[in-house]
Amino acid sequence: MADQRQLCTFFLEERFFGIEVERVQEVIRYQTVTPVPLAPAVVRGLINLRGQIVTAIDLRRLLQVEDRADERLPINIVMHARQGIFSLLVDRIGDVLEVDEDSFEHPPDTLDGIARELIRGAYKLQGRLLLVLNIAKLFSPEILHRGHPMADA
Amino acid sequence: MDDILKEFLTESLEGLDQLDTKFVLLEQNPEDRDTLASIFRTVHTIKGTCGFLGFGHLEKLTHAGENLLSLLRDGKLQFSREIASALLNMLDAVRTMLGEVERTGGDGEESYADLIETLNRLKTGGASASAGSAASPVTIPAPEIPASPINEAPAGAHCEFLLAPAADVLLDAVEKTPPDAEATFSPASQPALDNLIFFGVPEPAPSVPEPAATAPMPTASAPQPPAEPISPPPERASPAPVAPSNGAPTIAESSIRVDVPLLDKLMNLVGELVLARNQILEYSTLQENVPLLAASQRLNLITSELQEGIMRTRMQPINNIWAKFPRVVRDLSVSCGKQVRVEMEGKETELDKSLIEAMKDPLTHLIRNAIDHGVELPAIRRADGKPEEGRLSMRAYHEGGQVHIEIGDDGAGINPGKLRNKALEKGLITAERALTMTDQDIRRLIFLPGFSTAEKITNISGRGVGMDVVKTNIEKIGGVIDLESELGHGTTFKIRIPLTLAIVPALIITSGKERFAIPQVNLLELIRINEEQRSTAIEYVHSNPVYRLRGKLLPIVHLNRELRLAPARATGVINIVVLQAGQHQFGLVVDQINDTQEIVVKPLDKVLQDIPVFAGATIMGDGRVALILDVLGIAQQAHILSESHDQGISAQLREARARAAERQTLLLVRSPGNSRLAIPLAPVSRLEEIPVDQVESAGDVDVVQYRGQILPLIHLRDILSERRSFNRLAEAGGAAADTNLLQAIVFGDGVRQVGLIVDEILDIIQDVFEVKGRATRNGVSGTLVIQGRVTELFDVDSFLRRVAPLLALVEEV
Repeated sequence: MADQRQLCTFFLEERFFGIEVERVQEVIRYQTVTPVPLAPAVVRGLINLRGQIVTAIDLRRLLQVEDRADERLPINIVMHARQGIFSLLVDRIGDVLEVDEDSFEHPPDTLDGIARELIRGAYKLQGRLLLVLNIAKLFSPEILHRGHPMADA
Repeated sequence: MDDILKEFLTESLEGLDQLDTKFVLLEQNPEDRDTLASIFRTVHTIKGTCGFLGFGHLEKLTHAGENLLSLLRDGKLQFSREIASALLNMLDAVRTMLGEVERTGGDGEESYADLIETLNRLKTGGASASAGSAASPVTIPAPEIPASPINEAPAGAHCEFLLAPAADVLLDAVEKTPPDAEATFSPASQPALDNLIFFGVPEPAPSVPEPAATAPMPTASAPQPPAEPISPPPERASPAPVAPSNGAPTIAESSIRVDVPLLDKLMNLVGELVLARNQILEYSTLQENVPLLAASQRLNLITSELQEGIMRTRMQPINNIWAKFPRVVRDLSVSCGKQVRVEMEGKETELDKSLIEAMKDPLTHLIRNAIDHGVELPAIRRADGKPEEGRLSMRAYHEGGQVHIEIGDDGAGINPGKLRNKALEKGLITAERALTMTDQDIRRLIFLPGFSTAEKITNISGRGVGMDVVKTNIEKIGGVIDLESELGHGTTFKIRIPLTLAIVPALIITSGKERFAIPQVNLLELIRINEEQRSTAIEYVHSNPVYRLRGKLLPIVHLNRELRLAPARATGVINIVVLQAGQHQFGLVVDQINDTQEIVVKPLDKVLQDIPVFAGATIMGDGRVALILDVLGIAQQAHILSESHDQGISAQLREARARAAERQTLLLVRSPGNSRLAIPLAPVSRLEEIPVDQVESAGDVDVVQYRGQILPLIHLRDILSERRSFNRLAEAGGAAADTNLLQAIVFGDGVRQVGLIVDEILDIIQDVFEVKGRATRNGVSGTLVIQGRVTELFDVDSFLRRVAPLLALVEEV
């Protein structure tokens, strides 16, 4: 069971997340988004990715973390999900890490709410935990509608 | 040559070409069950179709091959070189015969008995040398075939084409199709076929008869590398003696199959090219550089032409879906015991592939409906003096940049009376509304959800889902549906849909600092209100803003409010975009009107598709994304029209009131002040004469004992005047006191009844009445002209509502 797995890692503040590297198409700097009125607040808007229109989802809002106070711009991680191509807005991008399946553990029972559905588990790295997100859930309309109350413009 | 044959040839030839490669693959890896299975299926398909088309020789041969293959597939026989050779020989023979079919329409004289014999012998495991078939070409290594399906063509490849001369883009893109495109396309995956567009050029009539093809050469062409999709298959089969005809291109030469995703991609590229062109045009006009200007003009022209060309590749004749209908009609009419003849006109009318797909279900439903409900049983038709055989006509044509489709039958037509009753029964409309709706409005009720008039639910239709779905589906692709029906003569459904959805002209507007595109199909006109008129131009009908457009009140919707955008400035001009949403018009107030552009419609992600006000998104010249407004969605959101029955109907009613005309039975009475009043007869249960001296009182109300009940009596004059309390008869005096008998109109259902006392009942008339005027006072729903005199129409609903507390009171007493 010493399977290795590659994860693309990124940060929300100091929270450390990972996602299967095969799912990631590319990482691009912040693009101007076209906001979509009446959309759930987790939808930051639409970006033009070389002619393709991609929906940008704000991970902070999805996990119900406060919006960033400072002016720094988020990073787009463009990824494939079953539902199509999405861009996940995160604070900072990390390295691609190779992790041992042995170090994986399911989330504790105390984790609840939307985080429980989105976080598949944790890899116990030296000195920190790497939380793996469940992509299939991440972009399901059901979650996106629930992730955050409607934005009031 | 008919279409079926043509398609059979194209498909079979393609299948054969793939088989060559697959056989070679199989020899390298004889254990590969998947490949075997797919070979088996291809041969099986050819065999099946041959049998159907009556090509006996071809069928026998492929049958023998199929038998052999099935043993191989089931693992009962080991794949050997000898078997491979025999099968490849079979392929060549099949190809020869197909060539024959293409030229002469028959599969030739040659029966290939030897080959069949060899195949049969191999089946039993006989492994001796056979007639020359050992000279198989298996030594040539098969080309490697990457496993990637075609639609994963190198990503990002499109970018580099962008600035190439426009005309080359298309060619380049076609050439860069992975050469293995055909090879990896498995004929087994039938669904994949649906994803393909078939291109064809008109086939020239077969000219001079060719020399008949001879028997196949033993050495086959099997290990040809998979050819580029653009090269004609017969050439690949070159050493085989399928003599290409002189000059006239064969079917396989003149058409290729292209994956729809590839076309979609080309369409996207053209879309981007259009955007880039727009930008370049914009810059070039800013500069005094003549050659640049000339070049950009040229780019402009070429782009437009390319765009048109690409659009055409996506166009398909409507016959692609119609072709299936005669069979559907036949089966259905047999199961209903009816006789129906199908007439088609305009089969060749073309529309976008995606639209064709979207139209399939609605059209099928309309046709089922026409047969199930429209066309009558032969006996009834005979009795009505119509031919026993019903007619189902299907028409399609282009007009005004739209595709018109009509599905009509010569059946019983839609009976508005029956429909009205049904609608009342189901509570979809009120009695009062039913009265003021025109027959045409009533007919349109069939588009409401939950409506079905079929007396019995058949397995075909009549479950009350259907016409509303048809309507929704058609509206989803930007189309409209309406119907015409004449009782006893049939019903025709008329559908209008846009030619294509991919690139549409649109008006670009700005609201709340964001740009939005409005498809021009929905656009009627633009209104600009000057600053001076700003405060007076928009008026209010009970808090709903309206604008007087040439004397008619146009409902006004503020885009900023609907989309919860930042509010517009409170000064300056007002821009109103007048839009058509279904049957309704409304004015959309936007911050700024920019210009018109051709935009490329791109779908929104599923998460956003629930938002009804957007139809998609597009990329603007500056590379930013803009949302496309869905005019129907906005109208719905703003309650200009609504999905709920009631509002839908009330909207129809507004129209109906203006020009209502229908047949109904009215009771004509004289109302106080010697004017005339018409009372709809439908809710009336009886007319009674009540002796004055039988009238008693209960509390404040006049009552009479009537059929074991206490019947409250209401005086018409009390209803028509604005009085809150009802006058007692004794105090009222007047006209009613002159006679000993009271004329009472009894309304109600037998349990709760109420009598309306009128001065005199004049007449009962049945006719078509047109409501001319609006209500002038309470208790009246409108005015009409009956027997040359202005007559008020009694509002039964409001009357019953008003007396409801009274009824309760009487019950308590």
